[in-house]
Order: sequence, then structure tokens, then C-alpha cells
Amino acid sequence: MLLVCAIVRPFKLGDLQVAVAQLGVQGMTVIEVQGYGTEDGHDEHYRGQHLQVEFMPRVMVQIAVEASIAEPVMEAIANVSRTGKPGDGRIFVSRLDQAIRIRTGETGDAAA
Amino acid sequence: MNSMMTSLNGSGTKDPSTRSVTGSTTAVGMGRGLALAAALLPSLALAEDAAVPDKGDTAWMMVSTLLVILMTVPGLALFYGGLVRTKNMLSVLTQVFSIFSLISILWVVYGYSLAFGDGGSFNWMIGDLSKLFLAGITPDSTAATFTDGVVIPELVFVAFQLTFGGITTALIVGGFAERIKFSALLVFSVLWFTLSYLPMAHMVWATGGLIFEDGGLDFAGGTVVHINAGVAALVGALVIGKRLGFGRDPMPPHNLPLTLVGASLLWVGWFGFNAGSNLEATGIAVLALLNTIVATAAAALAWMFAEWVLNKKPSMLGVVSGAIAGLVAVTPAAGLVGPMGAIVLGFIAGIACLWGVIGLKKSLGYDETLDVFGIHGIGGIVGAIGTGIFVDASLGGVGIDHSIATQVFIQTKGVLIAIAWSGVVSFVLFKLIDMTMGLRVKEEEEREGLDTVSHGERAYTNN
Repeated sequence: MLLVCAIVRPFKLGDLQVAVAQLGVQGMTVIEVQGYGTEDGHDEHYRGQHLQVEFMPRVMVQIAVEASIAEPVMEAIANVSRTGKPGDGRIFVSRLDQAIRIRTGETGDAAA
Repeated sequence: MNSMMTSLNGSGTKDPSTRSVTGSTTAVGMGRGLALAAALLPSLALAEDAAVPDKGDTAWMMVSTLLVILMTVPGLALFYGGLVRTKNMLSVLTQVFSIFSLISILWVVYGYSLAFGDGGSFNWMIGDLSKLFLAGITPDSTAATFTDGVVIPELVFVAFQLTFGGITTALIVGGFAERIKFSALLVFSVLWFTLSYLPMAHMVWATGGLIFEDGGLDFAGGTVVHINAGVAALVGALVIGKRLGFGRDPMPPHNLPLTLVGASLLWVGWFGFNAGSNLEATGIAVLALLNTIVATAAAALAWMFAEWVLNKKPSMLGVVSGAIAGLVAVTPAAGLVGPMGAIVLGFIAGIACLWGVIGLKKSLGYDETLDVFGIHGIGGIVGAIGTGIFVDASLGGVGIDHSIATQVFIQTKGVLIAIAWSGVVSFVLFKLIDMTMGLRVKEEEEREGLDTVSHGERAYTNN
């Protein structure tokens, strides 16, 4: 069981949801985040205050998956989220030791 | 002797023994200094005893009063509130609202009497306490307007002027937002209102007042309100010091949409501020209304285009800030200049105040948080001096009987007096309060935010 953590542009969220649903993913958790990588920030000004803002708004999508579909899910997310410009994001995958579906009490892959 | 002062149209001193059927008449000079009128109308016999308020004038003055209240609550409160960080939103709202409430009480207790009474040998500076607790004023008491024989209920004049005292004192909080101690601010407000607002109002607007007698023109309060408050805010900012992290940490406004709402309420309410200062519903009031539209628009556009050039992008905050600058500048000029003069005045104010908040502030490095001096102070100075220029008939104004240069000189004197008076009084008060109760919250309290620390509340929760 693996946790796929994808940080993508907010407007890509809808496409991402559709893409992973086609692979059998039935749920996800989304967190609004800020971050930066290689892309340029931008300037903001408020009267005399000039700010160099580096952190850009992004969304972080967390999906628990069975190991067998992890690679296809990563690829699908990457393909649908790519614009080709700096700032497209990252996908991190880590091992999940345990998971429980709260309603039914199922554990393991059935809880992914 | 009860205070009986000449009306501004200069028809000579009203006979102090004359009383209207139901109460005494108080005539109040409003600083228009139209000496020409004074020369033309020596001691006319007026049907003063029978002067009764016109319902239209009374209704208009009541509406004007409401509009100026709206400027403070919630106009100014939201305008300022949106500009501070989330953790300090409630502190600004509370400060503005409570200061307005405070001044409302003080005004009717002693403020009105001191501002518009006759102070005898001190009348150049302040009135007296003959109308303490509004003694002797009934619903039938009348106050003079700029037109001989036309009166309004004195109570509506009291109420209208109350709102001016309230908003002026509330304006100051912008200078040291996000770090002032609430209790210290309340104490300061009481003392400053008493020692700076009341004398300035008297000197500019009451017969016998230093600046009024000198011929200073201030239709609705560019000096009394804006320069007065602007200087106090700057002095306060300098005494209290910069915010923690100023210049390093990002401190963008947390809710610019609310700032726009506040600015819009200020613009709309300002029609009461300016046009209501005519004290009756006549063509001059309409002139003031029109000027309040076009000067504001000109200033907003001037700031917008200038910022577009300087910063590559015109900001919403710039547009509304420009509008406020225009409103401030047209305040002393509203019923005195023509619309074209108002446009030019607004344009100049937009540019000058943009410089005030970007250039001047940056070069002197002070943290006057919400640009009260940059906009109200500088705008008030531009407006006061500009009034001396654009009041001239050749430039479309109502006309004066001496040269522009002379009037500008008179205006400048008034400006300098205001700066000096407010500056010194504010400095002494801030220092005294700082030495006794402390002006500023503790460092860790400032970091956490005044809302929780001073008021035990959060503006925004996740519920």
C-alpha cells in the first residue's frame, strides 16, 4: 500500500480527478498549499510596500493506492497535470504502514 | 453673556438682547472670510426674532449628519481594517467604533461649547463652557447659516459637528495600527480631542478664532480634520516606533475588498461632510456635492495613471487611495471653488499623496501604518493651499476680494498653525502616556496579534 502525494496547479485538480477515477481510484484528500521550485515568483505592491512573492498557490492531492496501480496512477497524474512551464509540481510516493476504513473497519489494501 | 457671534455674511454683530421666541440664537462663523459680503451688508435689520428653520434645510442637515456617521462607522473602520493583517482586524474596528462613541459623548458634554462658544479673552483659541451639557439648547434653538435670516435647529448643528470631531479623532488610529495599546489609545483620544481638535475647530470655524479672523478658508475641515489628524498620526507613529518586522516581513493588506467597501462608504458619506458644511440646502451645497464627485474622480485617476507608470500595474488600492486623497483635498474647497478648479485640485492631490505614501515615506523611513499623514496630512495641505488659489473668480471659484497671493499666504499661515499645534500637542500627549501607561503592547503580544491579545476575539475562524 502506497501513498501518492501529488502537488499540482490548482486548476488541474478536475482533470486529475477524472484521470485517476479511470484507474479505479475512489477517493482522495486535497490540501491547499504554497510552494516554489524553479519557477519565478512575482511582484506585488500595496501603496509603498513592494513584496517579492516566491510562494505560489498549489494543491496537494493525497491518494492511498494498492502497490499494483501506483505506477499507472503516477503517470496519469503527471500527464494530465503537465503544462510544460516551470511550476508544474511534483509527485511523491511513500510506503503506507497501515490504513483503516473507518466506516467498515477494513484494513490493509481494502482500506486504500 | 451668552455667545452671540456674527454670521459669516458679515452683517455686523447681532444684537445680543435679541432672542427668538423659543430660544436663543447662536450665530456661528464658518471660516469663509468673504470680506466683500461684510462690506456690502452693514448692520441690516433682520427679522431675526421670527427666523424659523426651513424643513428642507433641517432635513438636509439631518441627512448630512447620518452620512458623516456612515463615513466613520463602518466606512473608515472597514477602509482601515482591510489594510491590516488578519490578526489585527478587530482591533482596528474596535478602535474606530469606540473612539467615535467616546467623542460623541464628550462633544455634547463640553466639546460643542468649547468649540463654538465665546471664550472671552481666550476666544482666539477656544470657546467657553456656557453650553456645558448643551445647557440652554432646546429643539427650538436655532443656529445661523451663511445666509442672513436663514437658520437651522441648533441641535442639528451640534449633531453635525459631533460627527466631525468623531471622525477626526478616529482617523488617527491609522498611524500606529497593529501595535498600540487600546487603553492608551482611549486616553490619548480623550486628551487629543480636548486639546487639539477643539482648539483647531474653534480657531478655524468660530468667530473670534485666530485663523477665521485672519481670513482662512476651510469650507468643511481640511485643516481642522485632515491636517490635524494627519500630523497627530505621524507624530504617534514616530513616538511609538515601527512595527516588528517592518521592512522585512511581508505585511500585505488582508482584505482589500473590504477596503474598497470602506472607501466607497467614505466617498458617499463625504457628500454629507462637504455639502452639509453649507448648513443649508442651496446652490452652494450642490456645488460642494459636485466638486466632491469630480475632484475625487480626478485624484483617483491621477493616482491610478501615475502608479501605472511607476509600478507597471495600476492597483485597486491605488485607485481608492487616490480617491481619498481627492476627497481630502476638496474638503476645504468644496463650496468655494468651481468644478474645473476642483478637478485640477484633485489631480494635484492624487499625485502629491502618491508621493506622500511612496516617496516621502520611503525616504524618511517611518512606519506610519495606514498613511494617515501621507493622504490626510498631505492632501489637507494641498487642499488648504489650493483653496486659496482656486477660490479666485478668475479660476471659477466664488471669488475673494484680495489677490490669490494674499489668500495663499493666509492659507499657508493656517496650515502652519495647524501643523505646529497638532504636532506639539500630540507629541506631548504621546510622550506623557508612554511614560505613564505605555503606548505599545509587548513584543510577543504584537506578534500574536491585537485581536486575541487586546480583545479576546478572532476576526475569522474556521467554523
